[in-house]
Amino acid sequence: MSVETTSTVARVLKPTILILIALVAISSRLFSIIRFESVIHEFDPWFNYRTTQHLVKNGFYDFWNWFDEKSWYPLGRVVGGTVYPGIMVTSAVIHNVLHFFNFPVDIRNVCVFLAPMFSGLTAFSAYLLTKELKDSSAGLLAAAFLGVAPGYISRSVAGSYDNEGIAIFLLVFTFYLWIKAVKTGSAYFGLLTALFYFYMVSAWGGYVFITNLVPLHAFTLLLMGRYSNRLYVSYSTFYAVGTLLSMQIPFVGFQPTRTSEHMAALGVFGLLQLYAFAELVRGHVTPKQFKTLLRAGVSAVAVIAVVGLTLLSFSGVIAPFTGRFYSLYDTGYAKIHIPIIASVSEHQPTAWTSFFFDLQMLIFLFPAGVYLCFKELKDEHVFIILYSVFASYFAGVMVRLMLTLTPVVCVSAAIAYSTLLDTYLEKSDHVLGTNLKPLTATNDSNGDASTDAKPTSNGTKKPHSSGKGNAKEAKATAAKADAVESKAQAKSTAAAKRYPVFNWDSRAMVILQLTWFLFMFAWHCTYVTSGSYSSPSIVLASRQQDGSQMIIDDFREAYYWLRKNTKEDAKVMSWWDYGYQMAGMANVTTLVDNNTWNNTHIATVGKAMATSEEVSYEVLRRHDVDYVLILFGGVIGYSGDDINKFLWMIRIAEGVYPNEVKETNFFTPRGEYKVDQDATPTMKNSLMYKMSYYRFAELYGGNAVDHVRQARMPSEGPKLSVLEEAYTTENWLVRIFKVKDLDVLGRSLFDATDFDKGKIRKTKKF
Amino acid sequence: MEDIKSASNHLVASYIKETPKSLKLIDSYMVYILLTGIIQFVYVTIAGTFPNNAFLAGFISTVASFILAANLRIQTNPKNASQFPTTSPERAFADFLACNVVLHFAVANFLG
Repeated sequence: MSVETTSTVARVLKPTILILIALVAISSRLFSIIRFESVIHEFDPWFNYRTTQHLVKNGFYDFWNWFDEKSWYPLGRVVGGTVYPGIMVTSAVIHNVLHFFNFPVDIRNVCVFLAPMFSGLTAFSAYLLTKELKDSSAGLLAAAFLGVAPGYISRSVAGSYDNEGIAIFLLVFTFYLWIKAVKTGSAYFGLLTALFYFYMVSAWGGYVFITNLVPLHAFTLLLMGRYSNRLYVSYSTFYAVGTLLSMQIPFVGFQPTRTSEHMAALGVFGLLQLYAFAELVRGHVTPKQFKTLLRAGVSAVAVIAVVGLTLLSFSGVIAPFTGRFYSLYDTGYAKIHIPIIASVSEHQPTAWTSFFFDLQMLIFLFPAGVYLCFKELKDEHVFIILYSVFASYFAGVMVRLMLTLTPVVCVSAAIAYSTLLDTYLEKSDHVLGTNLKPLTATNDSNGDASTDAKPTSNGTKKPHSSGKGNAKEAKATAAKADAVESKAQAKSTAAAKRYPVFNWDSRAMVILQLTWFLFMFAWHCTYVTSGSYSSPSIVLASRQQDGSQMIIDDFREAYYWLRKNTKEDAKVMSWWDYGYQMAGMANVTTLVDNNTWNNTHIATVGKAMATSEEVSYEVLRRHDVDYVLILFGGVIGYSGDDINKFLWMIRIAEGVYPNEVKETNFFTPRGEYKVDQDATPTMKNSLMYKMSYYRFAELYGGNAVDHVRQARMPSEGPKLSVLEEAYTTENWLVRIFKVKDLDVLGRSLFDATDFDKGKIRKTKKF
Repeated sequence: MEDIKSASNHLVASYIKETPKSLKLIDSYMVYILLTGIIQFVYVTIAGTFPNNAFLAGFISTVASFILAANLRIQTNPKNASQFPTTSPERAFADFLACNVVLHFAVANFLG
């Protein structure tokens, strides 16, 4: 084939492959829909879904000014000013566009499918980014890797309607634009970077990563002596326009001028201005004069900077670092100072194994790719190196930030992998450089010319075809293997004549092994996706002994009951985890929810759960609580229930009410956290314990065993006086209790309960 | 001190001699923006930043306009032509306009 035809083939193949990759990326995220149904998952997505509904129904201005009185009762929440509106606006726009063209798509389906759709775009931007770093075959590999990498799938399966779903696309695309801007020095690309940065700011709090990484890149280039006018143009445009744009989001507001997270960007901006000015002056004077001028200029700037910084920090204009920020640097910080942050499982440090679990073979190729970046070390490679260093660190600190690591791992793994393929599949300069010499020495000049001509035509063709082969297998696990292998063998036999050292068997061995790795990767990704990341967590599935699947739908059962059987303004208290779900599904007023902005309020709920009935009844009455909702997994062995979370409630409550709640009182003298008859009196008297095990013993005729904690319960269960059981779901997973009104006869509720049970009240003898 | 004086004199002389007219035009625009920024800053130190968004919009508008003019200056400077093989002076001006449109859209929105 001539060069022209191969490039035409490549031109057709590349988009086809990219579309296929996008399709695979989308379809591998649909496990949850096929297994369960098109439903919003987990906790935070329910809030996003609820706000999106509001946005679609009431329009943008109403959404912007929305004061939500149904959450954080009695405080309420200003929704428009405390959300990252990017994802809601995106789905509302998609919804409205579709409706404009008369596609009556339900907003729920837009929300459910948003993250998979954007994963296709993410794969495409990974292609673009890697293409800037190496070539398009590496780009295709990167797209295929990122399309299916579990580290990214974990937050973007269908129904997982969360900020990260679109934010990772924006992250990768913004980085691509930034690299493009640095390379071309075009203000236009700087502007595009700023615009996508704005979109990113509107979508996810993780935008701070961009805010720091891009200046860091610029600063590193400056330190490496690589200042160029291109860098000045791209960075200045990005910073000046991007910062102003980011302040348009109410939740971000004036932060870019105040908090320390944003100061690095400002500092680098100032530095670049001075540097550019110095460069301008340097062009006009002799070196010696420049030296004098520089010395004078630097001392003047230093004096101004020191005075300015001292003034600012003394007058308190620069805000102190926030807690979440500290917890990034010191992993122990959160645990000691902010239990509410530490209690969230996604804020825990990452376990070693999860790196392999989420990235499989990519984690091995990753360092090799970074090494190859060091070998090239152009401006854009410096960026990838910085990105990988920082993302690795942050991924180690917080499980959640695995997400930001995954793109760079995919990109550099693709670079490493495609370099391997380049080396073993075709002509590459350093292979030829070492081996061509003995050949040319024996060949006549004619043969030499033909060896020169042939490999170039082959060389242009192969990266695309091999890239295609690999991209496809990585996703499809179809029987493409034979084709690729035979192709590889055919190529290596053809090549063997020209490269005696790399004869076909050694080439085939490497290529076959690499292909096998790809298969394992695709298999692993599919396995992890289907097994671990596709559970909606509001509908549970378990296998019965005969192998049939049992769907446990208790959450929706309970929320549906609440929606249908309570007053419209009923206030339901629960631990904050379920706040968003209750607001979204049951449409009730909640006291606390997953937006954990008010620690005191959460601690109050924790106190109500952790104290005895007398104390907590007062708290419940004061907050107008009508119902209390808890999760209890003791019957079916659901380990994420409230008794297991109880220690966090106690800790958080103790932080605010140290006199009324004490963690040590909940542990037995031997330091155990027990729920059976060895449980401490404080534990047994706590409202949470009483609610959880209320009538639990009766269910088993006095022989109850808690299946989560493997504890044999006492045959006599706890008594409840201030609450009455309102509803318990099929598998006892969710229990709802109604708060009793004050007794009509003015007795205490304890006496009233005793009286109802036919007990005689002990009276004092006169 | 004497050195600085002679160096700056040399600088000014060389600047006047070597800079093309179009760049001098841009430079005068930049000096004007710089003065506007300084006036705003002085006003703010005297009168306070309230309302903060209006101050920020105004001040960032001057800073960003300055930057964009500097970009235009760099990209149209014949000395730098080798560094920007893809950017013609016309293209640089188009970029300048596009950036200004987006910038002042945000400024107008932020003024409140």
